[in-house]
Amino acid sequence: MKKVLVLGATSAIAQSTVRLLAARGAALYLVGRNAERLDAVARDARTRGASKVETEALDLDDLAQHEALVERATVALGGLDGALLAHGILGDQEAAQRSFAEAEKVLRTNFLSAVSLLTPLANRFEAQKAGTLVVISSVAGDRGRQSNYVYGASKGALSVFLQGLRNRLARSGVAVVTVKPGFVDTPMTADVKKNALFATPDKVARGIVRAADARKDEVYLPGFWGPIMFAIRGIPERVFKRMRL
Amino acid sequence: MELNSWGRYPRVTEQRALPVTWTTEPLPRPAGGGSLLPYGQGRSYGDSCLNAGGSLLTTARLDRFLDFNPATGVLRCESGVTLDAILRLVSWQGWFLPVTPGTKFVSVGGAIANDVHGKNHHRAGTFGRHVPRFELVRSDGSRRECSLEQNRDWYEATIGGLGLTGLITWADIQLRRMSNPYIHQETIPLSNVDDFLKLAMESEQDYDFTVAWVDSLGRGRNLGKGLFYRGNHAPPQFDAVPLSKSHLSRRSGLAVPFDFPGLAINRLSVAAFNWLYYHRQRLNRTGLVHYDPFFYPLDGVHRWNRIYGRRGFLQFQCVVPANDAGTAALKEILDRGARSGMPSFLTVLKMFGDVPSPGMMSFPKRGMTLALDFANRGERTYRLVEELDRVTREAGGRVYPAKDARMSPESFAAYYPERERFAKYVDPAFSSSFWRRVNGAG
Repeated sequence: MKKVLVLGATSAIAQSTVRLLAARGAALYLVGRNAERLDAVARDARTRGASKVETEALDLDDLAQHEALVERATVALGGLDGALLAHGILGDQEAAQRSFAEAEKVLRTNFLSAVSLLTPLANRFEAQKAGTLVVISSVAGDRGRQSNYVYGASKGALSVFLQGLRNRLARSGVAVVTVKPGFVDTPMTADVKKNALFATPDKVARGIVRAADARKDEVYLPGFWGPIMFAIRGIPERVFKRMRL
Repeated sequence: MELNSWGRYPRVTEQRALPVTWTTEPLPRPAGGGSLLPYGQGRSYGDSCLNAGGSLLTTARLDRFLDFNPATGVLRCESGVTLDAILRLVSWQGWFLPVTPGTKFVSVGGAIANDVHGKNHHRAGTFGRHVPRFELVRSDGSRRECSLEQNRDWYEATIGGLGLTGLITWADIQLRRMSNPYIHQETIPLSNVDDFLKLAMESEQDYDFTVAWVDSLGRGRNLGKGLFYRGNHAPPQFDAVPLSKSHLSRRSGLAVPFDFPGLAINRLSVAAFNWLYYHRQRLNRTGLVHYDPFFYPLDGVHRWNRIYGRRGFLQFQCVVPANDAGTAALKEILDRGARSGMPSFLTVLKMFGDVPSPGMMSFPKRGMTLALDFANRGERTYRLVEELDRVTREAGGRVYPAKDARMSPESFAAYYPERERFAKYVDPAFSSSFWRRVNGAG
């Protein structure tokens, strides 16, 4: 990935990934909601060696902007061979149980906006027969649990969408990398009590770059989540529904 | 999350972490009140980075580089950036830190707030002298760019200001040129303190870096026995190969995996270590060493503070004048340490020069500085450290707040006559365990 569009660039995982790409001299188009924060991330990337950094402050919930955004990024970088979708919200499960409006917010940001961005990106990459799409999903999408099934559903839907997209783009030589992080110590999880399962954004970022380089289909980060989720998926629903997870 | 200091004494559990992520946003406000204190990497040894009952503004995420000019060597970065990250960015581009303490795992904000020094104090002065400007954010929301030209009083109060004047959000650092990553080092055996004085004075002119390691068990005519190191960055002729990232040394990720039992550091183990150290080092009198082991011998072992056991340890670092009274005090401190039955594991002696610091509360001043560490054995250790504090005060020296956990309010007043002027710059919402202690308020 030499010319990369980064969506949700001010998120902790995206920032760490941007640093690694910048140190390799990549050209970057960074998108986030807050212009001042974007500026700080952009300056950091330039100082670390990015060959070019452009920023655009945009609320990605505004789906109507997406096609034009992809076009602007491609023009600004003189082409595009990679995209990292790292924007997302955790939402509030209890609020989402009480009100559909809250659930809709989570689904819009985590799923609909990803579909809306991936559509023009996939078409462009398919036409140029090259490129890597890296999308951050979550282990929470592997099985619905009472504690965060709205967030989980948004990520689960995203993972299934990516499976299909990968299937479609395989013949064009375009890689679709589904990244499934477990718990990561970021502002998103500021209110969650930390334990040994939490990974740093830097560690997850190294895994993302490794997976993108290797054009992996699906990765759990850190890797120990692979066997954990395998076991969790294997619990019969009859038993699982009685568990408190 | 429990945030400790490096010495893990005193232990403070009742304090909250408030992460600061963006320089442009207002300081977080602690729910339920209480005071604030910036906290970088927690590498201060005692209680100057702790705030019992209050909140810590953690800066680990304030770790972005903002600008680097490879022509002038001026780096602008956020205050949570570590010296290690800076070295990774600049060393292969031919630049080095102007001043570095014995660990690279400190934050830039912490290096300014403690106005740290290195082996080149006699030539370069303190870290603060190489920070031409920084931004200070106060709890009232005000922001000041501070330099010798702008807000000079705030500049002087914040360098060495122990994090009490507000939060440093970003800083400029004037780096120094480096031709290659090697230090040309010479090792000379020392038989006693007088030997050290002579050699240190003699080496000031021609060597950028000087420091001595002392066998803490030496007494009588062996008091101050040890090894004297001096060195310079190796000249460019040495290596015609251009610098590259491959020069970044890759050191083992060796870490101390658990707390050692409290008795691991005793007279016998220290004696054995000192004997080995003295004899191994003597074999190798001059030569080239990579800057990493030269400046950061302990950084190769992560969490080495665990060798002192769960109760932690106390550091004591003082500076005494390079006169008869100072020399006598230095000898008395070394002797008391050797007699204590709690021998110091690492004892370091160095001559400070007279390059002034802009910081009004800066620790270094012309004279000899001695650092000792003691495993925490409770009251016995506290009494010993307080005795050393008294000896230092009577000789007209002073103790380093970044290493301190015990100095008395009387000593603090004697050491830092500028403290009253300084107190006017302390942010009303900021405080620290150290600050309350030395002001007799807890």
